[in-house]
Amino acid sequence: MSLWEYANPKKFMDTTGPLVPWIVGAAALLMAVGLIWGFFLTPDDFRQGSTVRIVFLHVPSAMMAINIWVMMLVTSLIWLIRRHHVSALAAKAAAPIGLAMTVIALITGGLWGQPMWGTWWVWDPRLTSFLILCLFYIGYIALWQAIEDPDTAADLTAVLCLVGSVFALMSRYAVWFWSQGLHQGASLSLQSGERMAAAYRWPLYTCMVAFGLLFVALVLIATRTEIRARRIKALQTRARLREGAA
Amino acid sequence: MIALLGRDLRLAIRAGGGFGLGLAFFLILAVLVPLGVGPEPEVLGRIAPGVLWVGALLACLLSLDRIFALDWEDGSLDLLATAPIPMEGVVAVKAAAHWLTTGLPLTLVAPVLGVLMNLDAGAYGWLVLSLLLGTPALSVIGTFGAALTVGLRRGGLLLSLLVLPLYVPTLIYGASVVTRGAEGLSVGTPLALLAGITLGAAALLPFASAAAIRINLR
Repeated sequence: MSLWEYANPKKFMDTTGPLVPWIVGAAALLMAVGLIWGFFLTPDDFRQGSTVRIVFLHVPSAMMAINIWVMMLVTSLIWLIRRHHVSALAAKAAAPIGLAMTVIALITGGLWGQPMWGTWWVWDPRLTSFLILCLFYIGYIALWQAIEDPDTAADLTAVLCLVGSVFALMSRYAVWFWSQGLHQGASLSLQSGERMAAAYRWPLYTCMVAFGLLFVALVLIATRTEIRARRIKALQTRARLREGAA
Repeated sequence: MIALLGRDLRLAIRAGGGFGLGLAFFLILAVLVPLGVGPEPEVLGRIAPGVLWVGALLACLLSLDRIFALDWEDGSLDLLATAPIPMEGVVAVKAAAHWLTTGLPLTLVAPVLGVLMNLDAGAYGWLVLSLLLGTPALSVIGTFGAALTVGLRRGGLLLSLLVLPLYVPTLIYGASVVTRGAEGLSVGTPLALLAGITLGAAALLPFASAAAIRINLR
């Protein structure tokens, strides 16, 4: 029994099929609990008023935006090294979700920034590196769509993901060098203790888990769709060949 | 490899178009920006480092798709792939040829455009030095982008989309060398980081570019 067994598309489909409804359900439940708790059952912040509640969308989506890129990096590496098609398809499926998370983080950040900082957008290092991450996602998706041969596309996008990760990391530090920040530091941190009242912290944790599950559910569904699309294509090719032979 | 470099240089210079085009674009940009933002010397002087660096970067971008496109079309790239020199070497030579025909001329004309943009007198040396150190990175990164998109019929636009985010760190450090030079601050840190990007990219990216070429030739 090893993890690599799930690289077999059949095994992957059989295992994930029954799991998907449960994960979707858990994600929906936690999302409902976290968001209702966060939006309606928390007190107004003493300085930020009710705008503080944007944190329940902003922080989880920003966290997922970065984590999804890391997940794409890992799956791209697995594809390049071990040539498991499911891995490449999972990376392909994750990219649009990552882009959506990045855009959600940027938009909710702007909505919060307008009343709090008095501006929708500043060229702050964190905001800028997210915008750059957004560009990386767009480039990655565009490369997938531009190449017709699926294996070539998987290879080239995997190489792009590896190189892009290095440059995305470099850009992050370059941007800190270029401008000083307006964005506050991390709201949650393992080292520096608690910076957030418990009343906000627990709904936020719930939302973060919910966003994580949402991503898992979406990426599983999208990967399964990709696998099915591949199968249909293979069957059509086989049918065409048989017609040609007959 | 030297023969390949000579061939690429001759092709770039004699075929026309590509060689002068980047320079002309750079010049036009330096004319258009003052027309757009107004002729006040203080404003121009303040934005000059950034505009010149962005201009050099975009001018570099113009000729990227020619790095491999012609060789791909006429099949020379297949011959190069079977040649005794490794693909990594071919890619590095291509990047060097691109730099010699694009980055180096851009660096040499940049001070003239600096006059047009009313660049601070103390910054000319830093402008040339930062472009000299930074444009090789632009060529090497661009070669990687060109290698990724070589098999595509309309790769040009996609190429810019892929390459421009990769140019971000180079642009930031390059432009901040010039800005700091103009203000008389110390430029050691960005200069060292810029040189680091160029050296790191030149050392590592040819492997990625060669891998991309091999995948595309498969």
